[in-house]
Amino acid sequence: MEITELTVHELQEKLKSKELTVKDITKAYTDRIQEKERDVQAFVTVLTDEATKKAEEMQEKIDRGEIKGDFAGIPIGIKDNICTKGVKTTCSSKMLENFVSPYDATVMEKINNENMIQLGKLNMDEFAMGGSTEYSYFQPTKNPWNLNKVPGGSSGGSAAAVASNMVPWALGSDTGGSIREPASFCGVVGLKPTYGLVSRYGLVAFASSLDQIGPITKDVRDAAMLLNIIAGHDKKDTTSIDMEKKDYTACLKGDVKGLKIGVPKEFYAEGINEEVKETLYEAIDRYKTLGAEIEEFSLDIAKYSLASYYIIACAEASSNLGRFDGIRYTYRTGEFKNLKELYKKSRSEGFGPEVKRRIILGTYVLSSGYYDAYYKKAQQVRTLVMNEFNKAFEKYDMILIPTSPTVAFDIGSKSNNPLEMYLADICTVSVNIAGLPGISIPCGVDKEGMPIGMQLIGNKFCEETILNAAYTFEQDLKFREKYQPEFKK
Amino acid sequence: MSRENYEVIIGLEVHSELSTKTKIFCSCPTTFGAAPNTQTCPICMAMPGTLPVLNEKVVEYAVKAGLATNCEISRNSKNDRKNYFYPDLPKAYQISQYDQPLCEHGYVEIDTKEGKKKIGLTRIHIEEDAGKLNHDEFAGGSLVDLNRAGVPLIEIVSEPDLRNSEEVEAYLRKLKSILEYIEVSDCKMQEGSFRADVNVSVRKKGDTKLGTRTEMKNMNSFRSITRAIEYEVDRQIDVIEEGGKVEQETLRWDDVSGKTFSMRDKEDAQDYRYFPDPDLVAIKLSEEYIQNIKESLPELPESRKERYLQEYELSEKDANIITASKYLSDLFEGAIQVCNNPKAVNNWIISDISRILNETEMEPIEIPFDSKQLGKLVILIDKGTISSSIGKKVLEELFENPRDPEEIIKEKGWIQISDEGAIKEVVLKVLEANPQSIADYKAGKDKALGFLVGQAMKETKGKANPKMLNQMFLEELKK
Repeated sequence: MEITELTVHELQEKLKSKELTVKDITKAYTDRIQEKERDVQAFVTVLTDEATKKAEEMQEKIDRGEIKGDFAGIPIGIKDNICTKGVKTTCSSKMLENFVSPYDATVMEKINNENMIQLGKLNMDEFAMGGSTEYSYFQPTKNPWNLNKVPGGSSGGSAAAVASNMVPWALGSDTGGSIREPASFCGVVGLKPTYGLVSRYGLVAFASSLDQIGPITKDVRDAAMLLNIIAGHDKKDTTSIDMEKKDYTACLKGDVKGLKIGVPKEFYAEGINEEVKETLYEAIDRYKTLGAEIEEFSLDIAKYSLASYYIIACAEASSNLGRFDGIRYTYRTGEFKNLKELYKKSRSEGFGPEVKRRIILGTYVLSSGYYDAYYKKAQQVRTLVMNEFNKAFEKYDMILIPTSPTVAFDIGSKSNNPLEMYLADICTVSVNIAGLPGISIPCGVDKEGMPIGMQLIGNKFCEETILNAAYTFEQDLKFREKYQPEFKK
Repeated sequence: MSRENYEVIIGLEVHSELSTKTKIFCSCPTTFGAAPNTQTCPICMAMPGTLPVLNEKVVEYAVKAGLATNCEISRNSKNDRKNYFYPDLPKAYQISQYDQPLCEHGYVEIDTKEGKKKIGLTRIHIEEDAGKLNHDEFAGGSLVDLNRAGVPLIEIVSEPDLRNSEEVEAYLRKLKSILEYIEVSDCKMQEGSFRADVNVSVRKKGDTKLGTRTEMKNMNSFRSITRAIEYEVDRQIDVIEEGGKVEQETLRWDDVSGKTFSMRDKEDAQDYRYFPDPDLVAIKLSEEYIQNIKESLPELPESRKERYLQEYELSEKDANIITASKYLSDLFEGAIQVCNNPKAVNNWIISDISRILNETEMEPIEIPFDSKQLGKLVILIDKGTISSSIGKKVLEELFENPRDPEEIIKEKGWIQISDEGAIKEVVLKVLEANPQSIADYKAGKDKALGFLVGQAMKETKGKANPKMLNQMFLEELKK
């Protein structure tokens, strides 16, 4: 087996047994990036030289016994909207093409404290707005299973890099499905934690009440380990929750006997691709076989989530993105006659069309006279969605639905049709609206061999339930042993 | 129709910087006057990804201000974003409070010609200050200084209860003194830490509908505010008298020309798109929290004034002047502790100290010496170590270069001459030089004595004990 095919927990074992060194691992990854990046285009910034140097230093320190720790020397890739001190953080936008953060995001401090090695910054839809990574200012990322297809988005660079073994694991961010959808399209594991579990400090804000950072990994155990590192209260983020630290690997029991799984029929109805549906039904059967109790129910309100989501997310974005104004660290237009023109031209030239669309939408819904009809109403719907989920979790431990209504689509097939692109988020947004944890894991492939993802949704701060359920399923299906990306051209 | 036929309606929005050590949403210091952009961090510079954390002291100070102005304190409050673009506002939104301010429905009482009057407070809310734009004299263009960005403010919104510029000044002075007493703001007007937006409208007497108002922003001197109101009232009445309509607009007061000018064109009418800031959790205050603050409130000016009337038998006028400023009032009480002579301290503050403050346009808080030094000055005079005229020189010295008055008089050689021999010497010398005055005195012109004493004072550079001089001259002249 190639080094880059190993999961992080497998790498840890080989480091412990001295079968591998930190240098071997980093070398394997930098070679792999050399080999595959040209086809996949998952990176905005590649840090192979820096990683090689760091691996050497790290190896010396490990040899001298100066560093211990389970993650010392483990490489990682970071989505390019997470601030990394001294390394560009572009959000895949012309606006921040040359922005170097003067500080590290809280999650980066945690990653650095573990002595992990950064392999680079990963591509995304501009400012995390999109579901295909086609809206990156720099390049579209390709799906490693079929290079003519999108990897999903907005964390498409993170999912594609993990799927193509260019990084062992990565951090993504999820506002309306941006971790789970690309994980599903690329046949990897993606976890969106409960809102408030992971600090958002240093995550360039898209929609503050929805954004969460989370892991994209090869398997569920890796996701639990990375969550262990990044979760926890942060004084710098007052929306992060102060609660006792958990070990998320301890819950991986491989047993779902008696687990109550709710299956909301609205997510198995019209608009969901037949092959996706069939594969999900197989997954449900598998859970039955494993001893879980399945029950169909109605989550009627969920159909309003999408509208509510696009109002709230765009409203917050229109305000959050105001700071990119051409005055300080952003792109600034070449010529301008006055302040108004400086703003107008810098923002018109610095933002891509999807970002502008959402800023305009958000500005509109917050405008005086429209606030009550849109923003306020959307917040009311949000409360109803939360209530509906609360009711469901009185009966069920977990909810099982598809991650996306389809498998990965062809590059260019939706990028000119924003509404169709928004509809692709139908299965993921209600989780963000309700602030719940959701995990996407592969559960099969379609006729063309493209991966299909299923989504497990838990109650607030019940990551353990969905991690164990995902782990149990994964151990039984053995997806990674059966299917691997083929880089079809 | 003349001005008498109109009623003037004024409402104020006062912005006061809170004197917390750190900014409202980050831990940068709030000190005034530091080199540009040295009191900043990624948070107050609005670097991507940064988040605000509410400084709890800001809430405490605002609640204090609310309680001291008879407001109801909201148990549930929140922060909202006010969105607009300007280079001094790095996030492109100001974190403020929109529909759930911390304090509501208060009032302060002022003295007017017609007696006491309550001025209603609509609300007090917390928000952050913006940075500053400085014109670049060398390269042209503007430079942004974000030291002030994120300095905490309270905005105190009054009801339109004020009827003329005197009431406005009385209201502002009262508000300022309350904020100083509860120690939540320095209220240094020159530094902009206490400034007002003035809303003015006029209507014909008897009308029930309010007239169209204009707003003059960021006024920071009592004189300008008074002048601006007078000007604006006249202007609005002229417009109406000429058959025109007052436009609702923001005006800029120009102190040099003494006129107001239109600031923004109407097509730029701002829509601030307020919405709750999702980065900050709601503010919930317990009964216990509010009660604790209530109990910690210090004595307010009104109560101190009563005490001064009773305990020290000050005149109403003097007590008003002293208690208007917490710093003067503290100076007064502190000096009495040292010298135990309230009357003398009162006189120093009302006459010489107030005069110097006026002449130098200094605010009481800027008085460089402390109450101990003032108290010692009074003792030196009471003991006869120096004369009161030397005392005035010592006071001037205290303003220039404050130190122990005893040290000052030693250093300057101002100690009063009370030695009989030395005084006699001077008296004889002066008499010898002024035979005409002796003759005048003996001819019944009492004024001559004053002249002789004056000459002797001149001779001793004011150091001679005037009582002894007087006495000795009389003795000598009787001979």
